[in-house]
Amino acid sequence: MKVLVPIKRVIDYNVKVRVKPDHSNVDLANTKMAINPFCEIAIEEAVRLKEAGTATEVIAISVGDKSCQEQLRTALALGADRAIQIETDESLDALNIAKLLQKVVEEEQPQLVILGKQSIDSDNNQTGQMLAALTGMPQGTFASVVKVEGDKVNVTREVDGGLQTVALNLPAIVTTDLRLNEPRYASLPNIMKAKRKPLVVKPAADFGIDLTARTKLLKVTPPAERKAGIVVESIDELVEKLKNEAKVIS
Amino acid sequence: MSILVIVEHDNSSLKAETLKTVNAAQKIGSDITLLVAGFNCQNVVEAATKVNGVSKVLVADNAAYEHQLAENVSLLVTELASDYEHILATALTTGKNFMPRVAALLDVAQISDIIAVESSDTFVRPIYAGNAISTVQSLDSKKVITVRTTGFDAVATDGNAEVVTLNTVTDAGLSSHVSDELTVSERPDLGAASVIISGGRGMQNGDNFKLLDGIADKLGAAIGASRAAVDAGFVPNDMQVGQTGKIVAPDLYIAVGISGAIQHLAGMKDSKVIVAINKDPEAPIFQVADYGIVADLFDALPELESKL
Repeated sequence: MKVLVPIKRVIDYNVKVRVKPDHSNVDLANTKMAINPFCEIAIEEAVRLKEAGTATEVIAISVGDKSCQEQLRTALALGADRAIQIETDESLDALNIAKLLQKVVEEEQPQLVILGKQSIDSDNNQTGQMLAALTGMPQGTFASVVKVEGDKVNVTREVDGGLQTVALNLPAIVTTDLRLNEPRYASLPNIMKAKRKPLVVKPAADFGIDLTARTKLLKVTPPAERKAGIVVESIDELVEKLKNEAKVIS
Repeated sequence: MSILVIVEHDNSSLKAETLKTVNAAQKIGSDITLLVAGFNCQNVVEAATKVNGVSKVLVADNAAYEHQLAENVSLLVTELASDYEHILATALTTGKNFMPRVAALLDVAQISDIIAVESSDTFVRPIYAGNAISTVQSLDSKKVITVRTTGFDAVATDGNAEVVTLNTVTDAGLSSHVSDELTVSERPDLGAASVIISGGRGMQNGDNFKLLDGIADKLGAAIGASRAAVDAGFVPNDMQVGQTGKIVAPDLYIAVGISGAIQHLAGMKDSKVIVAINKDPEAPIFQVADYGIVADLFDALPELESKL
């Protein structure tokens, strides 16, 4: 079966973002970029399904400008067979991304689409669920275990109270949580090989979808700073401060 | 302006976070209806009728909704949506699961994790792990919103709403529930606790988390963990506090052996008072702590327990 893995280029998770002085957005100029960590887990899961003989082909896809080809090449180096870039210079709402992906799902007919549960930039946690709705597929979100069994996939989900396992009819959508797997590093030979794997570019405008923005970003501000605290010398002093100064314990 | 709020519950009790989501709804408008979708959820319905400022409680009591399967719940909400301009759910794992599905079925954007309401179409939400705060205007006629409860206080439970039973059943037939593996704990939920004590990689193993028990008992605290501690298998996933785990804002948050990666800070830096116990004086956690103590946690924890 075919597995489709949509991925996103985002700020590297170790970098603390800065807000632009005019509060129009965050400043990403000269910032280190990477594959969204949850998307990396999604690629790894798809590649493992292929290595186990369950998947036959892994297709990585990203929506964005030319720079996201860098992340698609990384996905190819990690084991994806081919890649698709849907080219646009616009920053699209999750709903419009899902609509573009829906078209690709219709064309490619994957049995499984694996996405990261959220991107660490916009923190929306929407695209997988929206794609599931648009394609009429069931969804296993926040997955920590994925098991394909016949015409179903069992997904163990990380939920507030612990874990929940659901059985989904295939084709299905899965979104990854942190414990699903530990992604591998791309080896040098695989990075070289990835340069020769196919990467197709399709302009977003060719999909015939109305991509009008549904939301408008009015401003972006830095969060309120916490005022600097103090270092106490002893547990006695800590307990005294919590009781008498902060008054949070009695 | 009519608002539908979907109740977060486990079929036996209404989750306290719903009371905060209703507060967010009240900042948008005053005509508020609740939806309880569940199975054998009479107690939840009863609690829902008492939520302040609510006029109606819609009840869909059917096996199809027992486990809050997103495929089924989203169809139900979509069917009800025509009567409402705003649809709100709590940004916990249940709401996060089915709400974007609702939004896509309605062909509207979702505004996730709002922490403030500016007007009926403009909302404030954190991005980049809370390192930036965005103000977003929805351009859709219908607004689908999830609410981060740390931004809102709970409303009172002195109401008396009317119950309306729904007879339609929306079973998509795409998915089924297999099993739950839920953590049983006598302690308060992380989302509801006024005191939280969390352990990180510095705890070294799962057994050492027992060192937090005595302190948690004395303070009536919930116990949390950093991602590092969960990834290492010290404790289960439902204890994780952080950007993509639980977002908490208790009166007192005690971080033990947690270095303070930005992803962890994103989940707790709105706490009223933060205490950090760490042997590394350079740990970033000290930059957000009101009170820090540079100490070996294996000395500090027993002493703290004995002095509380």
